Amino acid sequence: MFKYLKQLTSLVAVFAVLFAFTTETMAAKKSKTLKNTQKKGFVRCGVSQGLPGFSNADAAGNWTGVDVDVCRAVAAAVLGDANKVKFTPLSAKERFTALTSGEIDILSRNTTWTLSRDADIGLTFVGVNFYDGQGFMVRKSSGITSTSQFKNGISACTNIGTTTELNMRDFFNSKGISYEPVAFEKADEVVAAYDAGRCDTYTTDKSGLAAQRTKMKNPDEHIVLPETISKEPLGPVVRQGDAVWEDIVRWSLNTMIEAEEYGITSANADSMKTSDNPAIKRLVGAEGELGAAFGLDNDWSLRIIKQVGNYGESYKRNIADTGILPDRGPNQLWTKGGILYVPPAR
Amino acid sequence: MNFRLKDIVPQLITVIAVVLIFGFFTYNAQINMENRGIDFGYGFLSQESSFDVQFSLIEYDGSHSYFRAYLVGLLNTILVSVIGIIIATILGVIVGVARLSPNYLINKFAAFYVEFFRNIPLLLQIFFWYFAALRALPLPQDAEAMFGVFFLTIKGLYVPAFIWQNFNIFFYSIVAAVIAIIVIRIHAKKVQESQGKQIPVFLISIGLIFILPLLSFLIGGVSLSFEVPVLKQLATTSFIYEGGVSLPPELIALTLSLSLYTATFIAECVRAGIQGVGKGQKEAAASIGLTPNQVLKLVIMPQALRIIIPPTTNQYLNLTKNSSLAAAIAYPDLVLVFAGTALMQTGKAIEIVSITMFTYLTLSISISILMNWYNKKIAIQEK
Repeated sequence: MFKYLKQLTSLVAVFAVLFAFTTETMAAKKSKTLKNTQKKGFVRCGVSQGLPGFSNADAAGNWTGVDVDVCRAVAAAVLGDANKVKFTPLSAKERFTALTSGEIDILSRNTTWTLSRDADIGLTFVGVNFYDGQGFMVRKSSGITSTSQFKNGISACTNIGTTTELNMRDFFNSKGISYEPVAFEKADEVVAAYDAGRCDTYTTDKSGLAAQRTKMKNPDEHIVLPETISKEPLGPVVRQGDAVWEDIVRWSLNTMIEAEEYGITSANADSMKTSDNPAIKRLVGAEGELGAAFGLDNDWSLRIIKQVGNYGESYKRNIADTGILPDRGPNQLWTKGGILYVPPAR
Repeated sequence: MNFRLKDIVPQLITVIAVVLIFGFFTYNAQINMENRGIDFGYGFLSQESSFDVQFSLIEYDGSHSYFRAYLVGLLNTILVSVIGIIIATILGVIVGVARLSPNYLINKFAAFYVEFFRNIPLLLQIFFWYFAALRALPLPQDAEAMFGVFFLTIKGLYVPAFIWQNFNIFFYSIVAAVIAIIVIRIHAKKVQESQGKQIPVFLISIGLIFILPLLSFLIGGVSLSFEVPVLKQLATTSFIYEGGVSLPPELIALTLSLSLYTATFIAECVRAGIQGVGKGQKEAAASIGLTPNQVLKLVIMPQALRIIIPPTTNQYLNLTKNSSLAAAIAYPDLVLVFAGTALMQTGKAIEIVSITMFTYLTLSISISILMNWYNKKIAIQEK
């Protein structure tokens, strides 16, 4: 009898250990990335090497921009503090390798969502935080006001390793214009070469053109042509194979957009807890258990809104007030004539 | 038997260790790639690249394959390396000899050049020549013609193109001249060894290499005309030159910086080589009645070359590898086109980086083998 008792206790002990182990790691077991992030105490975020309005560091090393805010939102949700982000500046060429090799956990670097990128190389796009399109910049003095005035032999400066190179070829081929592509590795070098007169036109995403124009010797000498030659939905990317982490990043972004839709701002978020609208109450954590599915507490979305602000605040702070693109264009809420439309948080 | 074992065991352990380490890395990479849903394979090389390249020695556009894009990058790398090596060698020899000149000004100027250019990081020099020098160049519409036909502008150097009639006859005439020169040299050597007479081979060679091609023009029906670049307006303030051949400023800046940088090291090799030949050699040669030219050609240089060649080989390898800095200034070399754009468009990082590494390895080893062969040829022949 004693013999069996001993066996029984050890069996119970084993189960207890196993059970303790499983409960402790329920959320973490679902997401290795979440577990690692919480253990490290910061979100590892890949950004650009300097694109005003999207991700740009000031002299003190503080990063700002709408892409930066996505990472800050995730940090607020997961770690409770929007400042707990480690930013890694990446070139267009390095960015996917950095993500797939596990050097960073979110790539928020004005990256275009395309089929081949989503399907081929171990990446998953979680959403769109900026609807963009490729355009051309020329010197005002050239007298060019439309891409229809481009002529054979035009030289175009751009970056390597982007969809830009492919769109440019499609565009010039379809128009039957011969052109000289001059492709640099870094955006700063493209700007310097174009500014020096090496190229007749500078082509990249229109938001990028607007942002880089501010870096030119004399911004007023340059104009962005009205034509848009491609669709460039830019958004954050995560590694394939971690569904929970993917959901966290997606819904952190969605929260910012939906918060704007319901008029919740960083200033009024706390007072919204007493709102009559259940959708608002869910977003500020006063109703429902939305965080549980990610292994987060219920205030995760409230923290995003309080610390980072809603999408509109982020846009205004980073892109509109800095004079880059004061007009929100397609990046306006669907209720206000734009195409920003996210699934409901419920 | 014991003796043999002692020899083999360390070798065996080394081999096993190397295999294990490589095996571990390969296995690790495989597992990680599988976990992240990345396929491995070289099939992408035959797919359409769909991007254009600024400057190519072979016919290429986006409808060609990634493999063709690889060739474009490779040829551009070889082009800049070969031009760079030639210019660096000529400049290096001149500066190396100048450093030994008894003329104070020449001597100090050469020393200044060497110390200045070899002590500034190459990437900075490339940026300097590209961005600083580029900004100083005129726009195409403001460019002054050099000799009426060359135009150096911010968009590149435009030179006249040659338009040949019956080029093959001209080519054969040069081949014939070269063969004739070789025959005469062999004959001259025989004459000198048997009769002690010297034939002015150098003068005859110069004569041949000019007269035969000239004949091909006069009686062979060969003719040559030039297509001079013409300014063309694209928009109110944008112009280019059409016709002729255009060399992109990226190529010029890269060649210039690579040559100027590497020439300093070659100059030092040359100086070391010449100073490495004993003074007694020169005096002994003079004392048996050789002219100063003969002393240099027959006594000093053959011995100096043995000292110069091996370190110069290293400089050639360095130049070739350094050419990969091209990516910084948009010269479409192997790194920019293949390990840059192609890597980005396909996402095949491991495949493309491995091909690129292997290519540089092959290039370097080829240069090495060629130079070692030359070194053996000029080494002391033990009889």
